[in-house]
Amino acid sequence: MDLSFIIIQSLSGLASASSLFIIASGLTIVFGVTRIVNFAHGSLYMLGAYLAVTIVPLLLDVDRSLPMFLLGVLISALIVGVFGALMEIILLRRIYHVPELFQLLATFGVVLIVQDLVIKIWGAVEIPGPRAPSLRHGVFIMDQRFPAYELFLIAAGIVVLAVLWLLMQKTRFGVLIRAATQDREMVAALGVNQAWLFTGTLFLGAFLAGLGGALQIPRVAINTQMDISIITEVFVVTVIGGMGSVPGAFIAALIIGQLQAFGILIFPKITLVLVFLLMAVVLVVKPWGLFGKSDAAAGRAILPEGILSLKRFGTVDNIVAGLAIAVLLALPVFGDNYMVKVGIEVLVLALAAFSLHFLIGVGGIVSFGHAAYFGLGAYAAGLLVTKGGLSMEPSILLAPIIAGAFAALFGYFVVRLSGIYLAMLTLAFAQIVYAVCFQWVEFTGGDNGVVGVWPSSWASSRQVYFCVVLAFTLSAIIALRHAIYAPFGYALRAARDSATRADAIGIDVRRIRWFAFTLSGAAAGLAGGLYSFSKGSIDPTMISIPMSVDFLVMVLLGGIQTVIGPLVGAAAFHSIKDFFMPLTDFWRMFLGASIILMVLVFPRGISGAAASLTDRFKPAPKPAVAPS
Amino acid sequence: MPQNFTRRAVVAGLGATGLAGPAMAQTAASGAPIRIGEINSYSRMAAFALPYRNAIQMAQDEINARGGALGRPLEFVFRDDGSTPGDAVRVAEELVTRENVSFIAGTFLSNVGLAVSDFANQRKIMFLATEPLTDALTMAQGNRYTYRLRPSTFMQTKMLVDAVKARNVRRWGIVAPNYEYGQSAAANFKRLIAEATPGAEIVVEQYPALGRIDAGATVGALAQARPDGIFNVTFGADLTQFVREGNTRGLFERRTVVSLLTGEPEYMIPLGEETPEGWLVTGYPWEQIKDAPHAAFVAAYRAKFNDTPRLGSFLGYVFAYMCRDLIAKAGSVETEALLKTFDDMKFDTISGPVTMRGIDKQATMGAWVGETTLNGKVGAMKNWRFEDGAKYMFTEAEVRAARKG
Repeated sequence: MDLSFIIIQSLSGLASASSLFIIASGLTIVFGVTRIVNFAHGSLYMLGAYLAVTIVPLLLDVDRSLPMFLLGVLISALIVGVFGALMEIILLRRIYHVPELFQLLATFGVVLIVQDLVIKIWGAVEIPGPRAPSLRHGVFIMDQRFPAYELFLIAAGIVVLAVLWLLMQKTRFGVLIRAATQDREMVAALGVNQAWLFTGTLFLGAFLAGLGGALQIPRVAINTQMDISIITEVFVVTVIGGMGSVPGAFIAALIIGQLQAFGILIFPKITLVLVFLLMAVVLVVKPWGLFGKSDAAAGRAILPEGILSLKRFGTVDNIVAGLAIAVLLALPVFGDNYMVKVGIEVLVLALAAFSLHFLIGVGGIVSFGHAAYFGLGAYAAGLLVTKGGLSMEPSILLAPIIAGAFAALFGYFVVRLSGIYLAMLTLAFAQIVYAVCFQWVEFTGGDNGVVGVWPSSWASSRQVYFCVVLAFTLSAIIALRHAIYAPFGYALRAARDSATRADAIGIDVRRIRWFAFTLSGAAAGLAGGLYSFSKGSIDPTMISIPMSVDFLVMVLLGGIQTVIGPLVGAAAFHSIKDFFMPLTDFWRMFLGASIILMVLVFPRGISGAAASLTDRFKPAPKPAVAPS
Repeated sequence: MPQNFTRRAVVAGLGATGLAGPAMAQTAASGAPIRIGEINSYSRMAAFALPYRNAIQMAQDEINARGGALGRPLEFVFRDDGSTPGDAVRVAEELVTRENVSFIAGTFLSNVGLAVSDFANQRKIMFLATEPLTDALTMAQGNRYTYRLRPSTFMQTKMLVDAVKARNVRRWGIVAPNYEYGQSAAANFKRLIAEATPGAEIVVEQYPALGRIDAGATVGALAQARPDGIFNVTFGADLTQFVREGNTRGLFERRTVVSLLTGEPEYMIPLGEETPEGWLVTGYPWEQIKDAPHAAFVAAYRAKFNDTPRLGSFLGYVFAYMCRDLIAKAGSVETEALLKTFDDMKFDTISGPVTMRGIDKQATMGAWVGETTLNGKVGAMKNWRFEDGAKYMFTEAEVRAARKG
């Protein structure tokens, strides 16, 4: 490797890093102030690119010059900024009082809607953006040609960093942002107009996302999948840097850019997993990222979310549960094949969602990577049947054991963390599992997966297999429910609500959370094993991020404060999807709108709403979550 | 443009043509339409799938105006597969159970195609995969219910290797998306180039993640190894980014570039004025194909949709007529009758004769191989010729070894 190559390659790395930083800085600022993990940040980036690819050519028609190009980029970013502010005013402002996870869910709804809006407005074909005038050429650096525009991008990243630093240090708005990042309640107590502060922050964050997108148009073809491909990487950058820290995001982007540029020389196939490996290592060593502070150090009191009071089943509940089971039992008798198939999927998803809820609602452990254990169970069962020569019965029993073993391994590191960092570490582990299944072609079949995972002959009819699934999922759900009501569940909730106090009364917090993580992973693994036999194949989409997000949506949709919430959520989510998908190509928009509507109308989820309906006749309960 | 179309709209449309044409008036009396389930990534891969669906609907109208098949109208029932195998298998079940389709067809992604193929095997129903390119579909994981229309990854790679053989390029670099299609194309290329050009070596390989290429770093890594030829498998947004970066940095200058699918309008149109000169590609030079049936198709498509046809449109059109011919010859829509008729059946398509080879259930549909060129501000193909797929199939011995089941 000669010197000129190393320099050119590291400049390429810098250009990527610079683009990444501009986008990530917006996300980190928004998180710092509002504590919202804004899934829609990638959508804002995509909007910026689409707007720029529309606006910039118009301006270039007037005058083909660099200033016109930059003007177009700025206008696009400003429009995206306004969009972000509107999103705050119309949507987010109404849901600051609901649990943080629901805000995340709402932003996910925005992602779905923007995706379909973009297809509707700009079409599905990718659009190549115009090149920047005067920056089309390559500059010779040590006899190698390097794109002038990428030098410009490197400069842009540094300018954004400098402007943000000035803004943060020298303006009142910046001081407020920093103050709110440190202690939001204190800022509120001092009489700062929070509404304006939050709207302004969302404007700034969205502006940066839009700017990042608009600056990409001379390099990439603008396409409808930009949002998803950028959002995970941006999350990684902000988490490695420490959520809320702009300099942290800058350093993290630099590291990732260089690692990417040189990593592919040594391991050309590492592209899928590199950033997640880095994030896992950083989080294991530094639990709050490079520059982040722990929640305790930030002086932030974390309000407990999840199941706050356990209710025993009353007569009415027993009747409802009995009826539900009776309906399920009647399904294979009266339903057609398709209904039975959907029934199997709902049951499987319900178990997976319930196991995730066991972590979130009871343990306070928000996992963004729950699909890993679902997928590990599916892969274990599928590979045991197709490669191991086992039959269905032992494979289904081994699936939760194998998934549980992996959950124990990953959980050992995961439970040391908390909050968003914990969530991101689960995501990193899930991505690593995903990449292994994806790339270990000889063993796992790569992204094509393995087909031929069908039940034993006695269970091959859909109706019989439905009964198998029903038996397994019901027993697992009842067992997990039992664990929630047992002393173990109480200890877990104690650890969630106050780790320090739980520790003081003799609960081994880490260990109990670790057990919970393993148990939940095993239950998800069982669901995965059952799912693989209903689908007949295994493939990496079962482990992918969208799958994890689906589980999360099911839990939140159902409501995290009641025990049976996720069951309702899984059924509702799957039915909505199943209902809209055959009707229209724009089913994601309907799904997104349904989710947002649900968050606005039933901020405690479907079963939460049902509970508050029945509570109306009882003495007023204490508010579940104190308004901010 | 019928983008927001539902099943009801199709039925209504059929009714309308039925009133217009005398042939349909008879069929309307004689019974229910023959339904075919079409599963594809209409929302996620819309750039391919919407032109594809347009052409199918156009062909459906034409076919039904001329009496359909077996005196009954054809009706394609379209479903989105959500681009995941799980969703695809569920909608396949729905089509078979609820919509009562005679067989299923379509799919875009290889893993979706394989999952649906296995479903077809399990439910003993015919599946005609139109777009997925993975060799596994008709080879190692093939089954007696699954057929494929398009030339596979192997066939298209072989066409390109044959075309580049004469240039005797020895030092090769490979850039391919990091998933099955890219990896198997790269593996095919390595194997075929070693046979075609003695002494050929692969000096660099790059596997960027699909949809997330870091083009600068990738181009740098390729240039560093100083290959004389580059085999490219990236497509879509990755391709555009790769080409731009490569153009600015001079990666393609004085190098032979061989590229899969790049000549297809789906991927060529977005390249626009960045279209590189002289790449050897497989593609679809629709505007230059003068054969009468094809020209008539192009004219009808342009008139109906006010848009130029993509490769997807061509494929959808051929596919719809193939369904009609198959059903007409089988004289029934029973699965066993369809399978028996389909094996080794010969079809007349707008690109010439196509045989559905029985041994691996792979059609001998060909592809256009040529060089890219810039025509004003849009890309085009030049010096192209149509390669008959029959010349590029796996040998029967290879098929037998792979399809043991």
